[in-house]
Amino acid sequence: MVPLSYYLILSAILFACGVTGFLIKRNIITIFMSIELMLNGVNLSFVAFAVRWHNLSGQVFVFFVMVVAAAEAAVGLAIIIAVFRTRETLNIDQVNLLKL
Amino acid sequence: MTLIQTTAALPAAPDYVRILPEIVLSIFGMAIMLLDPLIDERRGQRLLGGVALAGSLVAVVATLFQAQQQFWGSGFWDMVKVDAFSIFFHFVVAAVLLLVILSSYEYMEVQQIRAGEYYGLLLFGAVGMDLMSSAVELVLIFIALEISSISTYILAGFRRRSAISTESSVKYFLLGSFATAFFLYGVALIFGATGSTSIPRISAALTEYISGGGGPLLAYLGIALMFVGLGFKVAAAPFHIWTPDVYEGAPSPVVGFMSTAPKAAVFAVLLRIMFQIEAPGRIWLIWIAAALSMTLGNIAALVQDNVKRLLAYSSIAHAGYLLVAFASLPENGIPAAMFYTASYAAMNVGAFAVVGHFASAGERYVTLEDYSGLGRRSPVLAAILTIFLLSLIGIPITGGFFAKFYVFSAALQANLVGLAIIAVVNSAVAAYYYLRLMVVMYMREPRDESPVPAIPSRLGIALGLSLAATIYLGILPGRILEYAARSVALLR
Repeated sequence: MVPLSYYLILSAILFACGVTGFLIKRNIITIFMSIELMLNGVNLSFVAFAVRWHNLSGQVFVFFVMVVAAAEAAVGLAIIIAVFRTRETLNIDQVNLLKL
Repeated sequence: MTLIQTTAALPAAPDYVRILPEIVLSIFGMAIMLLDPLIDERRGQRLLGGVALAGSLVAVVATLFQAQQQFWGSGFWDMVKVDAFSIFFHFVVAAVLLLVILSSYEYMEVQQIRAGEYYGLLLFGAVGMDLMSSAVELVLIFIALEISSISTYILAGFRRRSAISTESSVKYFLLGSFATAFFLYGVALIFGATGSTSIPRISAALTEYISGGGGPLLAYLGIALMFVGLGFKVAAAPFHIWTPDVYEGAPSPVVGFMSTAPKAAVFAVLLRIMFQIEAPGRIWLIWIAAALSMTLGNIAALVQDNVKRLLAYSSIAHAGYLLVAFASLPENGIPAAMFYTASYAAMNVGAFAVVGHFASAGERYVTLEDYSGLGRRSPVLAAILTIFLLSLIGIPITGGFFAKFYVFSAALQANLVGLAIIAVVNSAVAAYYYLRLMVVMYMREPRDESPVPAIPSRLGIALGLSLAATIYLGILPGRILEYAARSVALLR
């Protein structure tokens, strides 16, 4: 059997990849994909811990995360389309009417 | 395992009363969405606004009904808990919703926004916020947080033909989901450390660990990550960068809504988590976030020329003052924090209602320049805004004074002298930029003499109510504070 720590390390790596992608990528869609990667990294942790504790609520949590991620994707893509319509670009550096 | 075993039975009838305000708001929200395509657009604005208004009023009544002692306690297998604490926040959310709907009527017509989705999303967002304040299970907290966040992401971009509104929406969405992922990772680690997602059980497990010697590092890391996620949502430094941009671009009534109601709900979650789960070192986490928020928020606000950005930085600073209460002892800190959320909600919704009315079509007039001579062009509007600004400074006989007073004295009683000093110095600094706005309104020559459009009746009611609440909290804070103090025992 694969030890728990392997899953946790993989999950941490996935999460870190997501964070890095969020910070360095410039395309809004890619940034959004990085967020999904972070969520899936978390999901892996939940499932691994659910096995460790023999507690199904970890697995149930993952389903809820997926549902929420789907809802977030629907809304997020709609917002991204609205941005594209007004600005004709998806580069986050050019979406800069409001100074950050 | 527990979830699967217990869901075999049906929930008992009182359980439904424990989520009655949420049920009411959902039904009204769905009714609005269904009515929207059926009625013609021009008449629809007012009718749908009326339905939403009725929904928020019924939610207030439902909260009153729920407040009867026999319905207190946990429902749905320890998912939600009705107590003085959750009822307090239900009231705050419902009151903010009512005021925002009242102040949206005119705004919707001036900006030519379709009303159906707007009012629907306001109500659905409020469902999430209500659930957040009564949830005692991290699964439900997560879902409620997302219901409220997703609604506000859309609302921020509601002027969808305007480039700055969509830009504010996309920034809010990306940074908000980023924060959610951190919150979720924190939940996963806490679940890993304690084997449960229910707050009372987590707190019991951690107390056991601590009394047995070493605490689990995993859980502390989890709490820190959850704090990062929730800190983003309340705009506490160093997670505040999104706030000014989003507040500047989003429609003003929506800013009034999202700078108060979701914040109140997230503070409710933070209160439950931070005061129930014993984690050493959490005080320092909050200490640093509070000091940073107050200082960065106030210093950045000094140089703003856009009134919405100014109020955004001021809301960061206010999140900092609120966090000071979180670092204090529970018996003073919790009532102080609750009182602060209520009075902050009253004055901030009011301030943004004035800003929204004055901004006019396309949100044109939002800079300090535009406000020059407002005292002459519209004495009533200027006077109302002045009272809200005085309350934001914390001048006596306004709610802001007692809010700050209780927070600072809670900090002193917890021996946080350093933090209290930082807070007091900061409120002195903050007075400068609020006063600057007042000076511009009353002492500068107006750039154009045309009178500001008269205040429509519904907006007038909203302004009157928030003024009344601000002054009531400033003159008679006793009852609210007593009520808040009673919930301390229930929270521990």
